[in-house]
Amino acid sequence: MTKLRMRQAVATALADEMRDDPTVVVLGEDVAEAGGVFKATDGLLAEFGPKRVRDTPISEMGFLGAAVGAAATGLRPVVEIMFGEFLGVALDQLVTEAAKFRYLSAGHYPVPMTVRVSVGAGVGFGAQHSQCLETWCYATPGLKLAVASGPQTAYGLLRAAIRDDDPVVVLEPRRLYPERTEVTTGEAGVIPLGVADVRRTGEDVTLLGLGGTVPTVLDAAEGADGWTAEVIDLRTLLPWDVEAVLDSVRRTRRLVIVEEGPFTGGWGTEVASRVAAELFGVLAAPVVRVTAPDVPVPYAKPLEERYVPGAEYVREQVGELISSGRLPKPWWEAR
Amino acid sequence: MERSLRNVPVPRSGSGGVMSTNLERRQQLSDPVGRLARMIEIREFEGRVKALFLEGTVSGTTHLCEGQEAVAVGLAAALRPTDPVTCTYRGHGVALALGCTPTAVLGEIMGRSVGLLGGVGGSMHLCDPDVGLLPTFAIVGAGIPVAAGAALTAQVRDRDDVAVAVFGDGATNIGAFHETLNLAAVWRLPVLFVIENNLYGEYTPLPRTTPISDLADRAASYAIPAEIVDGQSLDEVSAAVSRAVARARDGGGPTLLEMKTYRYSGHSRTDTGPYRPDGELEAWSKRDPITLYAESAGLLRELDAIRADVIAQLDAAVAEVKAAPAPPIEAMFRNVVAES
Repeated sequence: MTKLRMRQAVATALADEMRDDPTVVVLGEDVAEAGGVFKATDGLLAEFGPKRVRDTPISEMGFLGAAVGAAATGLRPVVEIMFGEFLGVALDQLVTEAAKFRYLSAGHYPVPMTVRVSVGAGVGFGAQHSQCLETWCYATPGLKLAVASGPQTAYGLLRAAIRDDDPVVVLEPRRLYPERTEVTTGEAGVIPLGVADVRRTGEDVTLLGLGGTVPTVLDAAEGADGWTAEVIDLRTLLPWDVEAVLDSVRRTRRLVIVEEGPFTGGWGTEVASRVAAELFGVLAAPVVRVTAPDVPVPYAKPLEERYVPGAEYVREQVGELISSGRLPKPWWEAR
Repeated sequence: MERSLRNVPVPRSGSGGVMSTNLERRQQLSDPVGRLARMIEIREFEGRVKALFLEGTVSGTTHLCEGQEAVAVGLAAALRPTDPVTCTYRGHGVALALGCTPTAVLGEIMGRSVGLLGGVGGSMHLCDPDVGLLPTFAIVGAGIPVAAGAALTAQVRDRDDVAVAVFGDGATNIGAFHETLNLAAVWRLPVLFVIENNLYGEYTPLPRTTPISDLADRAASYAIPAEIVDGQSLDEVSAAVSRAVARARDGGGPTLLEMKTYRYSGHSRTDTGPYRPDGELEAWSKRDPITLYAESAGLLRELDAIRADVIAQLDAAVAEVKAAPAPPIEAMFRNVVAES
């Protein structure tokens, strides 16, 4: 165990994989000399040299595409996409090329590529640098998607992603980069993809978080009055751990999914639909999704703070669900 | 953590018997008769594909490359089977030239179990790792950065492979082309960018979409050496590719080759090319790559015999594919992600 900030946990995971496997290379804007704009690749150039740690031009389509070709032919590239939105100009390479290569090669050209992407609001970067974008990767068979929720998951999921033989996107909520906790490194710290983590046990409701909302739901559960919550960090969205969620909700009979993105079309719709269908008759209350409103991420501090679901808001929504048994209105409808 | 998966051979019922294997077919290009026969094979193959689609027995669409045979065969003859190639959806000719068997290519086009991918891909999706053919791309320009990535693998792992991206004139207007040329130049990657300039991007003639007529000019702004090549001359194609490959293997970085060629057919299945000016097709036909090569290689007298032999083999391949089963439903579930 060692105390690491999340950005150090990322750099440590990269260094550990690069030591173990000489085919791992790191590509991205400012990742080499500068050590990454969030310092998540700091120290790699010094240890592994310019052949394996490369600054790229500002050309996401070009270097993400190059990573696809490199992965298909014998490297394990890890690409940094500085802000999630920049994936928009390269999405073809991810969803239409990388995700289909195994299928369109009868298994001969898998793409063991990892795409690290910083996402999320809370740092004042405005509407074009603050989205979560899990759903850009959704409905894409062939792709895997994990989301870090702090230093340990950032370390463990990234190492598993690099070892995986398929393209994996790892989202890193950027407001968590400075978070500092004890991290188990080495083999014991590797977190398999597709496995959720019960972070806290409780009886009355299951609170499901992913990435940046995990600390929020832990806070919400901590301060709960009159009810106890089981908190699950979903950790991987593609594929997601259906059994772990069903198992928890079977016991608590209530599910509240907390997402940072807009309400319409969020990742929780898939979980909610599955749980409602599988556990119809078991549920004591409707499945609730606590999300941001259907607006772009606003800049002004009080607006941005209101946009992202906070712990207190989550507690209110859960409290109302438990006391009334009915779906609570989101704050923007109650205005 | 080396993966062993890459080298598992795809079982293909179409490559047994008297037919040559894909690597034997590649080897045949070392001989002028083999090169001529392969160009004829591509021409006759595309004719059969067109007929099968027009019969209505094959679903979807297809993109034919008659007229461009010298580019495909000249290129393949100058590469090693270990050199990775990315290619477009107009890729039947390149696949056959690299060595894929007609049965495996047609099998894929017709969605049969004997296809290169067992039928899950179709006309735009061909692949054969034995001869270096990465999955072909149905997205214009998408294969260009992927080839640069294959070159990156060679550079990082100290292999002397040279990667090749084959794409059309239309792809030189998409961002991936420009981003990749720039990246390949700054990283000095061992990669060749081969433009098949057939004068049309889908249905639209080049001058209406592009302000220059020599696409090789675009290399200058990336400090990449470029050549304009007579794409109807197999020998000139091979010579230019060989020069560029030698430079890349030697650490000299990327080269852009503009092959001036012509697409005898329209863009896709239903397009007959009514937008072409009168006389254009006829003018290009006078410089047909098969005839030109037969003349230059002194094989004009053998032409009919070679063609008859090719046709007999193709007819057998067509019969084999027609008799082959569709893939089982289960095939759609294979190779989506790694089997755990």
